[in-house]
Amino acid sequence: MNIFIVIAAYNEGKSIAKVISGLKKAGYNNIVVVDDGSKDDTYHIALNAGATVLRHVVNRGQGAALKTGIEYSLRSGADIIVTFDADGQHRVEDLKAMIAPVKSGQYDITVGSRFLKPVDMPFFRRLTLKIAVFVVWFFYGARMTDAHNGFRVMNRKAAQTINITSDRMEHASQIVEEIHKKNLKFKEVPVTILYTDYSMQHGHGGVLQALKVLARMIIRRIIE
Amino acid sequence: MNITIIQVIIVVFALFAWSRAFLRMRGKDISVGEFSFWSLIWIAVLIVAISPGLIGGVSGILGIGRGIDLAVYISILLLFYLVFRVYVSLDAQKNEITKLVREISIRDVKIKDSKKKK
Repeated sequence: MNIFIVIAAYNEGKSIAKVISGLKKAGYNNIVVVDDGSKDDTYHIALNAGATVLRHVVNRGQGAALKTGIEYSLRSGADIIVTFDADGQHRVEDLKAMIAPVKSGQYDITVGSRFLKPVDMPFFRRLTLKIAVFVVWFFYGARMTDAHNGFRVMNRKAAQTINITSDRMEHASQIVEEIHKKNLKFKEVPVTILYTDYSMQHGHGGVLQALKVLARMIIRRIIE
Repeated sequence: MNITIIQVIIVVFALFAWSRAFLRMRGKDISVGEFSFWSLIWIAVLIVAISPGLIGGVSGILGIGRGIDLAVYISILLLFYLVFRVYVSLDAQKNEITKLVREISIRDVKIKDSKKKK
């Protein structure tokens, strides 16, 4: 089975090489990094680390970058596509458990959840994530313990069906929406998120950012 | 009929804006339909500016005291609508840019891959 790992990276020069080498060591060789118009040297660092690197000439946001990586993987004949964070938050060790349910054909997509086992997390981050869980439930009726985990594994069918139109952070909620709208079989798998100082700085902002995302979600609903 | 300074300013501005719309239509930047839309708006502005009493009757029926208030209300509604239209088209444009950026990035890698194979 062709497993492709898609990593969206924006100014991740400090962490990307380590993430790529970790994946390579574990035996994953199809690594697709989408450099989303980084201002640092992410592009060359990822290239030297041995990944296939696609470059967005201008920054388009994480959702757009992931879609580019997924699109490229599909065209390159991927059977299974993994989305993985560039900042070292995700553990390579969790990959096996994430991939297994999809590989066996039982599920179309697995999503990592950091709340399925006890976890130590900064208060505001927990609050933001729980608000996101509520929003996803409120808008889409989707019951998930962790709606905004960037760690996902999908089969070809799921990758083709899920349509990401949100370029920025709200893509995470949109993916959940698509899973439910299109009746994909999904499973949450417990994963450990590593909160390093680096990933905290590069995190997805605080409550304010979450509210911005929420506002854009509502506007999108009105327009579409 | 007394003409106030503000009426003169509005009339001059409306004529100026209308002439811009006309020039853009002649330059084929906007369609005849769009020009008609803007013509309608600027003609309405001209009429109301020259004789505000004209819409006094209508505003009375609607329960708005002064004709000029009605004009302001309608302008605000129109502005909101135009802002919405701009927002929608901007959103569509953003999506198109993303599509372009995506295709360029994929094409670049494919070209590089095929060069490597050679």
